Amino acid sequence: MNINAATEFTDGSAQMTAADGAGPAPVRIVVAYGFWIFLLSDIIMFSALFAAYAVLSGQTAGGPTAHDLFELRNVAIETLCLLFSSYTCGLGTLAVERRRMPHFYVSFALTFALGAAFLGLELAEFSRMIGAGAGPSRSAFLSAFFSLVGLHGVHISVGLIWIVFITAQVAVRGPRDFVLRRLRCFSLFWHALDIIWIALLSLVYLMGAR
Amino acid sequence: MGKLSWSAVPLGQPIPMAASLFVILGVLGTLAVVTFKGWWPYLWREWLTSVDHKRIGVMYVLLALVLLLRGFIDALMMRSQLAMASGGAQGYLPPEHYDQIFSAHGTIMIFFMAMPFMVGLMNFVVPLQLGVRDVAFPVLNSVSFWLTASGALLVNLSLVVGEFARTGWLAYPPLSELQFSPGVGVDYYLWSLQIAGVGTLLAGINLVTTILKIRAPGMLYMRMPVFCWTALASNLLIVAAFPILTATFGMLLLDRYAGMHFFTNDGGGNAMLYFNLIWAWGHPEVYILILPAFGIFSEVIATFSGKPLFGYRSMVLATMAIFILSFMVWLHHFFTMGAGANVNAFFGLMTMIIAVPTGVKIFNWLFTLFQGRLRFEVPLMWALGFMVTFVIGGMTGVLLAVPPADFQLHNSLFLVAHFHNVIIGGVLFGAMAGYNYWFPKAFGFTLDKRLGQVSFWCWLIGFYLAFMPLYALGLLGMTRRMQHYADTSWQPYLIVAEVGAVVILCGIIATIAQLVVSIRTRETRRDLTGDPWNGRTLEWSTASPPPAYNFAAMPQVDGLDAFWEMKRQGLLVPREQYDSIETPSNSANGFVTAFFAVVTGFAMIWHIGWLAILGMACAVVTLFAFGWIVRKDAEISGEYLGAVERARLGKSELA
Repeated sequence: MNINAATEFTDGSAQMTAADGAGPAPVRIVVAYGFWIFLLSDIIMFSALFAAYAVLSGQTAGGPTAHDLFELRNVAIETLCLLFSSYTCGLGTLAVERRRMPHFYVSFALTFALGAAFLGLELAEFSRMIGAGAGPSRSAFLSAFFSLVGLHGVHISVGLIWIVFITAQVAVRGPRDFVLRRLRCFSLFWHALDIIWIALLSLVYLMGAR
Repeated sequence: MGKLSWSAVPLGQPIPMAASLFVILGVLGTLAVVTFKGWWPYLWREWLTSVDHKRIGVMYVLLALVLLLRGFIDALMMRSQLAMASGGAQGYLPPEHYDQIFSAHGTIMIFFMAMPFMVGLMNFVVPLQLGVRDVAFPVLNSVSFWLTASGALLVNLSLVVGEFARTGWLAYPPLSELQFSPGVGVDYYLWSLQIAGVGTLLAGINLVTTILKIRAPGMLYMRMPVFCWTALASNLLIVAAFPILTATFGMLLLDRYAGMHFFTNDGGGNAMLYFNLIWAWGHPEVYILILPAFGIFSEVIATFSGKPLFGYRSMVLATMAIFILSFMVWLHHFFTMGAGANVNAFFGLMTMIIAVPTGVKIFNWLFTLFQGRLRFEVPLMWALGFMVTFVIGGMTGVLLAVPPADFQLHNSLFLVAHFHNVIIGGVLFGAMAGYNYWFPKAFGFTLDKRLGQVSFWCWLIGFYLAFMPLYALGLLGMTRRMQHYADTSWQPYLIVAEVGAVVILCGIIATIAQLVVSIRTRETRRDLTGDPWNGRTLEWSTASPPPAYNFAAMPQVDGLDAFWEMKRQGLLVPREQYDSIETPSNSANGFVTAFFAVVTGFAMIWHIGWLAILGMACAVVTLFAFGWIVRKDAEISGEYLGAVERARLGKSELA
């Protein structure tokens, strides 16, 4: 059942996995696997908020609706920032595997900049809405909207701090095993935020702006 | 200081004040003894900063036993109140205090007694049964434990500073909203459970990864002991269900702190959303608790019948079926809330279907016992008591699963009797069976058998006395959470229930006496073989207590009941050569992070902004600081391991 996870990290040799009874899996597999399970739990937490949004999205209590508030041009730019940041994150992790350190630093600086741009756009959107009297306490719809999108924004902020931390670790400790394991976890985290954003884009913004 | 002032200390109320004084004196007394005896360095090195899964497991169980006392005192107070407060008598507890007691009792017994007990036993046993040296992430394991302990600390702090929730153990809105519960009680509830919930989630991730990725050579999935299977199912449920709890409490917190409208009456909020979300966590939660207990009974019954478990494959299948089905029955907790006949019928049927795999398990245990060579040790007695009691509880559960019957019995004492029947008769009996069964493995000496039997019989008889009358009262129409009742014909039943609670108290005292007597007479009850029960699984193949590294050489597994086979084939001889091992060194990460979590939680409860920011910042800095340090693992040489093993295995042959 875990063939895929195992082969991804082996160098092509026919290595037995824990499911075949070869004993404990190597540390890098264990770490990535555990982190995947954490990401799954995180996605479940988001799904609870998605469910709340689905129930409450029509409950505007006489206030502004999704159609009145959402600006798709802004959301399109946010989406581009986030997807490109994942691309540069991918380039960075490939660069460090090949020990091309300048490429890594440039890629991760771009990742940080794009993530920060996304966050800035999101905060600008939030403050515009709050300024227009459409804050999170206006209606159940807006409570659910701000919490769901805001939780994703909190994750992006954590990711930005993590980028700084992991880049500093690569710089000081060098691309050692434990640093690379953490780098892989970070990149999983960053890509998972994309998956959640795509769901947000489709279910909240595109369906809401109709 | 936010909302905090001297009026938060309940100086005017004698009962909370006496309880607070008792707790404060207990804590200060313990700290004084530890300081006076100079035990701090030992405690810090060997326990507080330990990342050894066995030590962490023991601390979890200790936490559970301490909070069992707290939760039970609450229960005793409720039973005595209801034995008195009939007709014109009002009893000794005013309603606002009684409401806090039943809320605290439920919260503590589920989150801080049953959960730590089960997580502790899994933490201790699973790596040993899998034949490996530790869990996947030892430091994370310590963080998980200390976060759970932080939650427990905050709940108990509410006794001394402020108040606890008066909303019942699940804090239903709109009652739990700021409008109707303006005090700090609900905030104590929410923050302590958020902090403990993160700990539980991390523990679940850790054990899932351990079971799926770290097993001894040859330990295929279908060779894992049943306890490992049930632990896997239970921890998968933790990973799938606890994030829902975190999100739901998060929404309620936003309602209370940021004026949002998730569950409020106004602004378009929807309280039904809360009921659905909380039970989408809550129903899996009861299986998180009961599945490990099923695993414990499977191990205990096989061991003390001297037979392999009957129907291993069907047991695994039943466990995984319960794991899936447990997510499809949540609505049966609120049939009466008007979801409609079709929806109720679906969830009623699913609830009845989940009884099928549970029935499969009961029959498997019966057939394991059948023609076995039974040894009536204490763990087996708990297992037999469980089988009878749990079947009764299961049948009343199936009765409640019929929506028309539920409309009559909803929120009555019949329901209270039902869930105590399955949680005491299932989870608690399982925990006690596991405690008696694995205690010699953890400490190297057995528990006193006679006092163990006294404890068992008191619990069993006390349970029936305390809860059978509640079934009758539920049918007579008495609802739950009443502080006083006008119908004096109910009083005799409630007096019998009070007597039952006192008998259970005797059981708890016998458990404590068993521990004290066993420690005092430990020299005469040493387990030198590491296998006091003639066990079948790998945890019995190493010394009692096991060394930090568990196994000098990782065992090679060739089938089910690996240790039984090794004994039968005479494979228990020292190897020619042992490889050196690296063991993880201690880490203060968990303790320090949890300290700041308590500070942050306390500050949020009392709306002390600066302290919350400070605590949060310190917790983050702690995590980064520990993330920056490169940890050095300690190495144990192969020669040393060989010497230890030759001495141990030689000795056991002589014995």
